[in-house]
Amino acid sequence: MTELVLQHLPALLVVLPLLAAPLLILIPNARLAWFITLVVSWVCLGVSVLLLQQVLAEGVVSYAMGGWAPPWGIEYRLDALNAFVLLIVAGMSALIMPYALRSVPSEVEPGKVHLFYAAWLLALAGLLGITVTGDAFNVFVFFEISAIASYTLIAMGRDRRALFASYQYLVMGTIGTTFLLIGIGFLYIMTGTLNMADLAERIPEVADTRTIRAAFAFILIGTCLKLALFPLHLWLPNAYAYAPSVVTAFLAATATKVAVYILIRFVATVFGVDFVFGELPLTWVLLPLAVAGMLSPSVVAIFQDDAKRLLAYSSVAQIGYMILGLSFASVTGLTATLLHLFNHALMKGALFLALGCVVYRIGTATVSKMDGLGKQMPWTMAAFVLGGLSLIGVPLTVGFISKWYLILGALEKGWMSVVVLIVLASLLAVIYIWRVVEHAYFRPVPAGREVSEAPLSLLIPTWVLVGANFWFGIQTTLTVGVASRAANMLMGTGG
Amino acid sequence: MIAWSLLVPLIGGLGILAFGRWPNVREAVTLLTAGALFACVASLYPEVAAGGRPALELFEILPGLALAFEVEPLGMLFALIASFLWIITSVYSIGYMRGNKEINQTRFYFFFAVSLASAIGIAFAANMFTLFIFYEALTLATYPLVAHAGTDKAKKGARTYLGILLTTSIAFQLVAIIWTWQLTGTLDFTDGGILGGAASDGVLMVLLALYMFGIGKAALMPFHRWLPAAMVAPTPVSALLHAVAVVKAGVFTVLKVVVYLFGIETLTAGELAVWLQYVAAFTLVTASLVALTRDNLKARLAYSTVSQLAYVVLGAALANAAGIIGGSMHMAMHAFGKITLFFCAGAIYVAAKKTEISDMDGIGRRMPFTLFAFFIGALSVIGLPPLGGSWSKWYLMLGAMESGALVLVAALAVSTLLNIAYLMPLVVRGFLLPAKDGYSGGVKEAPLAMVVPLCVTAFGCVALFVAPDALYELVRGILK
Repeated sequence: MTELVLQHLPALLVVLPLLAAPLLILIPNARLAWFITLVVSWVCLGVSVLLLQQVLAEGVVSYAMGGWAPPWGIEYRLDALNAFVLLIVAGMSALIMPYALRSVPSEVEPGKVHLFYAAWLLALAGLLGITVTGDAFNVFVFFEISAIASYTLIAMGRDRRALFASYQYLVMGTIGTTFLLIGIGFLYIMTGTLNMADLAERIPEVADTRTIRAAFAFILIGTCLKLALFPLHLWLPNAYAYAPSVVTAFLAATATKVAVYILIRFVATVFGVDFVFGELPLTWVLLPLAVAGMLSPSVVAIFQDDAKRLLAYSSVAQIGYMILGLSFASVTGLTATLLHLFNHALMKGALFLALGCVVYRIGTATVSKMDGLGKQMPWTMAAFVLGGLSLIGVPLTVGFISKWYLILGALEKGWMSVVVLIVLASLLAVIYIWRVVEHAYFRPVPAGREVSEAPLSLLIPTWVLVGANFWFGIQTTLTVGVASRAANMLMGTGG
Repeated sequence: MIAWSLLVPLIGGLGILAFGRWPNVREAVTLLTAGALFACVASLYPEVAAGGRPALELFEILPGLALAFEVEPLGMLFALIASFLWIITSVYSIGYMRGNKEINQTRFYFFFAVSLASAIGIAFAANMFTLFIFYEALTLATYPLVAHAGTDKAKKGARTYLGILLTTSIAFQLVAIIWTWQLTGTLDFTDGGILGGAASDGVLMVLLALYMFGIGKAALMPFHRWLPAAMVAPTPVSALLHAVAVVKAGVFTVLKVVVYLFGIETLTAGELAVWLQYVAAFTLVTASLVALTRDNLKARLAYSTVSQLAYVVLGAALANAAGIIGGSMHMAMHAFGKITLFFCAGAIYVAAKKTEISDMDGIGRRMPFTLFAFFIGALSVIGLPPLGGSWSKWYLMLGAMESGALVLVAALAVSTLLNIAYLMPLVVRGFLLPAKDGYSGGVKEAPLAMVVPLCVTAFGCVALFVAPDALYELVRGILK
């Protein structure tokens, strides 16, 4: 029995949330729905941990869906790269769930809470599916599942503008997935296969055709829309600002990360590093956008009055870091990208959850209304400060580790100007984080605001994430080990 | 003992938080912690003086990059200064904070203790990475102290403080550190340096510039603005910034980088640091000139510190034995001299509510002990015998002459004259002129808890002149 389960772990990861979701629609009980989602999330986390261990021990894990051998059937294929991403996605959902118990009912209409969890599970299934699958068309399908579920989740925000934000995301997201579909279609026309490993073998024969190049362009733009690379990020600030707090935290920590993963997967595995960086000038496409993406949203973030929007713009900037690492086309650069994938999930998760505590108590995340909160909600604001320090990249936090590898990558290339720009971007982070800190700590409490500290069920998950920011900033064996191993594998330098 | 030196102030900090509601207990905890820390640090001294290097490695953060500590003579010196002056500053703080009825005193004592822990971390760091961690921690821990008053002016000053220190450290120092790592694959402080031959002279010169301007705490012009901005803080904090920990951490890091990362042979062979000598000389003269124009006593002392720090940087940049010895000794001499001056400024503020020098005529008749201590401290900062400051200036002058650059010798001489010009007027006015406000109430000093510390540090200036041997022997250990 145990063996049977162990054999089917990759499938379980997707099937479980996918089956649980419709079940929730049938049970209109908020508590029960929450409990089922909690259990499913933690089971998924357990499965991802097992899979990561398996991958680290055995290398690649391949699973044939329904017993149809690849490349004919759908293959789920795990290596160090996506096993790592799985851990991020499942881990975030599992951590946020205890927090959701009190946060969600306070922000979502009472009658719709069970539907909220159903959408959550679908989004989770979609994100895990994208990550685990080794089939290009399957990627598109899961992208749509997760996207449609996310539109729903965002639209459930209390603010009416959430509807508009969701609609905006829907339009942009649909364009993104459509481009992806067109690209995958082109690949299928040229090679007759949809299996990624198979694609990787067959593309070199036909690489020198316009169709393949067009396919790459479509896939690149499609994924960049989904991962919100500047200037394709316009959907993101509104979506993050008006979605319920837990949704913001979850999407910020996972959705864009999964899209970055897909970009890396297509670049490194399907098309091959030599093709995209050697024959196509991808470095010179991504590098300027990444740099502009690090800087301009950071500047915009400084002038935001809504802290959630502020962090949303900061997310766009952080995605710039990840793409920058990728554009180096080196092992160090890619290691930096993968590290930041994980590390950014931790810091933005912690920051958005801390803001969720603020929203839970004062009903808004407007910076100018957070005056004196440092006194009234000391634990919440301390979590925010520590998360902010990690975002800035202070040593002993995960942000420092990411920055270290990113700058190392730029130095290896001898690109001093890029080093300067990376540093400049982190200084902008100091400014926007410190604005919040000054309001919370050095302004008097406005008269008549009686607020107490957020409840423990909100604080504990927040602080677990804050702790993780420091734990993985000090104990880097796991993250750096896995990231550099995956980077070596993808760059074809062994590992 | 290394671990204890780091833990004691942190444990003390928690104790301060725990007893925050009972001021007497809280302050007893502060004093006890300060005493215990000094005992811990001092207990390491015999081994280090005998040439030993006690070490402690905690854990590796990245492969080959560990959070590790190793006590060498320079670090020993810094730790001794910081922990000893903390005891005195604590006594003084109690008098000042109570005398001034300051708010949020628990927060104040807590962050003070955390700052000290960071300073010890800097002193004992075994590699540049560890040092950088504590360097940043010190910046962050002192920020609430600078912003203590919570007024708009305090917030603005604190913002400048944090802004410049974080900006320089992230923009220049961190890049320099990662670059060093990329070139040599290590960041350990090693006798003779690690960077010799690792890259071309041009690259090394850029790297040196990144380090020197990246160590914002050394207040090399044009990154000195944070120091005058931070004078909005309560006076004990100024003492912490100017004497106990912060600027000392800056020049200490400068010396560490020069001696143990670059190695003085590398610097002299490639003439890499010649430009730095001139930047330092420019800073020490210009800051003295600016000090002359300031009427606010604390502002004048702040610019004086900028100038005095440049002496240490100059000593490091000379990169010869006399320069390094002079620079290291000046860390200690300036600490005692400047803390005395700041203590006096605070005492005058608490007892007479005066901040401008032009209002302080006749203050000597009212506060004779304070003003006499100021006189001693001022003479030491100027570098006149029979006070400690004369030794360090002697060696610095020697180093400058050895290098053969007469401009530097001239700069040192001019600056000494300027020191007299900006420090002596207060003494003269205080003792000789009649009080402007017609005060004739006889002697009325600040609380005893303030007067005793400033007398102790003034006495320290004398003692350092009479018995500099231990200090000299310790410092010479750096060059072995």
